[in-house]
Amino acid sequence: MSDNQPIKKREPLFSAQNLKLLKGPFSQNNPITVQVLGICSALAVTVQMKPAIVMALSVMIVTAFSNLIISVMRNGIPPSIRIIVQLVVIAALVIIVDQLLKAFVYDVSKKLSVFVGLIITNCILMGRLEAFAMANKPWQSFLDGIGNGLGYGLILVVVSFFRELLGYGKLMGFRVIPESFYQAGYVNNGMMILPPMALITVGTIIWIQRSKNRDLIEK
Amino acid sequence: MKALRNYIDKIKPHFEKGGKFEKLESSFGAIETFLFVPNKVTFKGSHIRDNNDMKRTMSVVLIALMPALIFGMWNVGYQHALSVGINNSIFENFIFGFTKVLPIIAVSYISGLSIEFIFAQYRGHEVNEGFLVTGMLIPMLVPVDIPLWMVAIATIFAVIFGKEVFGGTGMNVFNPALVARAFLFFAYPAQITGDKIWIAGLTEGKGIVDGFSGATPLGNWGQNIVDHTSFWDMFLGFIPGSIGETSKLAILIGAAILLFTGIGSWRIMLSTFAGAIFMTLIFNAFAVNEYMKVDPMTHLVMGGFMFGAVFMATDPVSSAQTNKGKYIYGFLLGIFAIMIRVFNPAYPEGMMLAILLMNTFTPLIDFYVIEANIKRRLKRAAKIKINL
Repeated sequence: MSDNQPIKKREPLFSAQNLKLLKGPFSQNNPITVQVLGICSALAVTVQMKPAIVMALSVMIVTAFSNLIISVMRNGIPPSIRIIVQLVVIAALVIIVDQLLKAFVYDVSKKLSVFVGLIITNCILMGRLEAFAMANKPWQSFLDGIGNGLGYGLILVVVSFFRELLGYGKLMGFRVIPESFYQAGYVNNGMMILPPMALITVGTIIWIQRSKNRDLIEK
Repeated sequence: MKALRNYIDKIKPHFEKGGKFEKLESSFGAIETFLFVPNKVTFKGSHIRDNNDMKRTMSVVLIALMPALIFGMWNVGYQHALSVGINNSIFENFIFGFTKVLPIIAVSYISGLSIEFIFAQYRGHEVNEGFLVTGMLIPMLVPVDIPLWMVAIATIFAVIFGKEVFGGTGMNVFNPALVARAFLFFAYPAQITGDKIWIAGLTEGKGIVDGFSGATPLGNWGQNIVDHTSFWDMFLGFIPGSIGETSKLAILIGAAILLFTGIGSWRIMLSTFAGAIFMTLIFNAFAVNEYMKVDPMTHLVMGGFMFGAVFMATDPVSSAQTNKGKYIYGFLLGIFAIMIRVFNPAYPEGMMLAILLMNTFTPLIDFYVIEANIKRRLKRAAKIKINL
C-alpha cells in the first residue's frame, strides 16, 4: 500500500456517535415517554415486575435483531413491498422468542399470554425499522435496536416496580411490605392493579421528565 | 385582631421582593388574605368591582354545606346508638359524631392544603381558595369508618391528579372531590362499599344489636334486595350512608342558599333532576326486575344523588359553561346516574361515575353549543345581506 493513498479511517465500535444511539432512548428519545410508542403493551404487562422484565428483554432482542437483519437487507428490499418484508422478519423473530419463553419460563409466558405475539404489532419495532434501519448500517442499527429496547424496558421496570409494590406489596413475587404493616391497618391499593393506574404512572414519569428537560415540551 | 394585623404588617416586608423570605411569598400571601380582606385597589381608570371574589363564593358554598354536615355529624351518632341499642340525647349523638367526623375533616384539609401550598410555592403563584370547598366535600363523601390515612392519600391524589396536573384551580377537568372518592372506590373497595362500613364501629362488631344490618337502601337495591326504607326516612336522612349525603332536607336547604346567592346553577340542578326522572320513568315502563320498578321520587332521595346534583354537578369549573350546554350536561348526567345504578350492580353509586363521565364531555358540549350559535348567526347575517 502506498503512502499517499488516503487511509480509510475505521470508526471505532463504540464511538461517541454510536454511544449516542445507545443512550438516547434512555432520556431524550425514549420510545414510551417521548415518542409515545408501544403504550398498550406497557400498560398491559406492568402489573408485576417479572413479566415486565421478560417482556422488556423479548422486545429488546426482537428490536435489535430485526433492525440488524433489515439493515443488512436494506439495499435489496424493493420499496413497494418493504412493509411486508419487515413484518416477515419481525414475525419470525417473535415466534422464536415466543417458543423460547414457552420452553424455559412457561409460567411467565402464560402471564404474558398474547402480548408476546403482539410484539409484532408493537409500534416501536416498525418505527425503528422505518426510521432507522432502512437508512443505516447494520452495526448502528443493531445498537439503535438495543437502545430502544432498553429505553422501553426501563419504563416498564419502573412502572411495574411501583404497581407491584403498591398493588400487591410484593417485588418480583416476594413480599416486601411486612406483615405488621397489614396488621396496623395498611391495605394494598387495588387501583394500582387496574390499567388506569399504569397510564397515570407513565403520565407521571412523562411529567417529571418534561419538567426536568424543558426542550421536550411541545409548543 | 389588631395585634395580629400589626404583627403581619411588621413581618410583611420580609416576604416582599428583596426580603429575607422572598421565596415564601405565595404562602405568606395566602395566609394574609385568609386572615384579612385584602385592601388592594385599582390605581388607573375606573373599574366597578364586585365584592364577590373567589373567596366569597367559596365561603357561601361552605355555608351551604353546613346544614348537611351538621346533620351528618348527628346522624353518625344516631346510627351508632341504633346499632348498639342505646338511647342517646340529640346532643350526645351530635358530640359522638363530631368526634368521629372532625379528624376526617382535619386530615383532608391538612393533606390537601399542604400539597396546594407546595405547588403554589413551586410555581410561584398565589394559593387558590378552591380547596376550601374540596376539603370540606371530601369528608362528606366518605363513610365514617374510613381509615384516616386513606383519606390523606385520596386527597393528595385528587389534588395532584385532579387539579394541579391541569394547572390548578379553574383549569381542572374533573371535580377534585369526586376524583378523591373515585380513587378510594377503586383503590380500597373494601373500605368504601358494603353494608358494614357506613356506621361507626360496626366493622369491629362489638356489642351490636342482634340482626342489626347497616346496609344502605342503595346498597340493598344494588344487590337486588328489595328495600323497604320509607320515603320520609330517606328524605329526612335517618339512614346509614356517607357522612354528608343522608339528609336530603339539609341538602335542599343548602341548594336554596346556592340558588338564592346565584352561585349554583339552577339550570344544571333542574335538568339533572329532569334527566333522572325521565330515565326512571323509562325503566318503570319497561321494568323486568324489581330495581327497575323503583319510582322516580325514591331514586331522587336514595344514595348520593341529591348531594351530587346540588354540590358536585354544579361545580362552576368542571360543568358546562354555556346555558344550553348546562341543560344538556345536567340532563345526560341524570340519565347516566340512574342507568349506572340500575344496570351495574358492581357500582351502586352511579352519581359519582356519572358526574365524572359528564365532566369529560363538557368541553365537547360547550364546543358544539358555541359552533351552533355561530352557524345560526352567520345564516341570519347572510339572510339580511340578501334582503339588502
